[in-house]
Amino acid sequence: MTSDRVDLLLSMADDELILGWRNSEWTGIAPFLEEDVAFSSIAQNEIGHARALYELAAAELGTSADELAFDREPEEYRSSPLVELRRLEWARTIARHWLYETADEIRLVSLKDSDDAEIAGLAAKMDREEAYHRMHAEMWIDRLLATDEGRVRLDEAVDELWPYALGVLDDELRDELRARVGARLGRALPEVEAVPRGVHEAELAELWEEMTSVRRSAPAGAQW
Amino acid sequence: MVFEVFRRERKGQPFQHAGAIDAPDERFAEIYAREQYGRRQESVALWLVPREAVNEIDEFPDEFEMKYRRVDGYSIKARLHEARERAGTLDMAPGGDAAA
Repeated sequence: MTSDRVDLLLSMADDELILGWRNSEWTGIAPFLEEDVAFSSIAQNEIGHARALYELAAAELGTSADELAFDREPEEYRSSPLVELRRLEWARTIARHWLYETADEIRLVSLKDSDDAEIAGLAAKMDREEAYHRMHAEMWIDRLLATDEGRVRLDEAVDELWPYALGVLDDELRDELRARVGARLGRALPEVEAVPRGVHEAELAELWEEMTSVRRSAPAGAQW
Repeated sequence: MVFEVFRRERKGQPFQHAGAIDAPDERFAEIYAREQYGRRQESVALWLVPREAVNEIDEFPDEFEMKYRRVDGYSIKARLHEARERAGTLDMAPGGDAAA
């Protein structure tokens, strides 16, 4: 079985890879061009982070980042259901983007203190690189909170995604997420059970089919 | 709202027009400009200017009538035709000038 360290790395890497995929689904169809560019760019960053995390795990397991990213069965991924949801609707997309970035920041800040130098170092680097994602998400939250319609739609989306957002983090970090999100929105969040990792959303299998189709179409070890 | 983006590539270089951004307000425009023109350390500075602040000038009175200083200021063809007419050599012109 894999170590706790590998579990942690794969959970984060799978989150970033799957979320990167979801963000990239907006390429070409975002509400306006600048958001198309923004989400595509954010997706690239997420996938870059996924790769760095896979490489740490791969070194420990004696395999490669590509094999970890693409050669597992859908059930073996450790991604959080929040990133697996396919929500091609803008308020949900923005809510998910903001909830994930907030949770991820909490997670990264706690990892920067890790005794494991490699993980602490990578967490610090990713934390810096996420600055743009956070600016972008916060900008959207401000804008949505500034109008009645925006606030209603944001609240609906956040309430729907809230149980999933809680599930991104380990138990001991969830209170901080609740405090931050509640403070920002100026209201209490619903008391709900977190949707934890381990049981995948149905949409993951479809995502996996598409994401790994090129990889599976070529014999193992093929060079491009 | 449309914002025009100018970027300065290196210190000491002039700001040059880099493109336009469509954004609902200045804050969005700034985030987009940072994304599109500044995330990969390709600019040391950006100017963001709302399009309506730009005063475009596109008509210029020809105050001095110095057409003779310009490459297209003289019509050689017309003067050559007049000269050939005076000399009576229109039908001898290469390429046929008689009909001009």
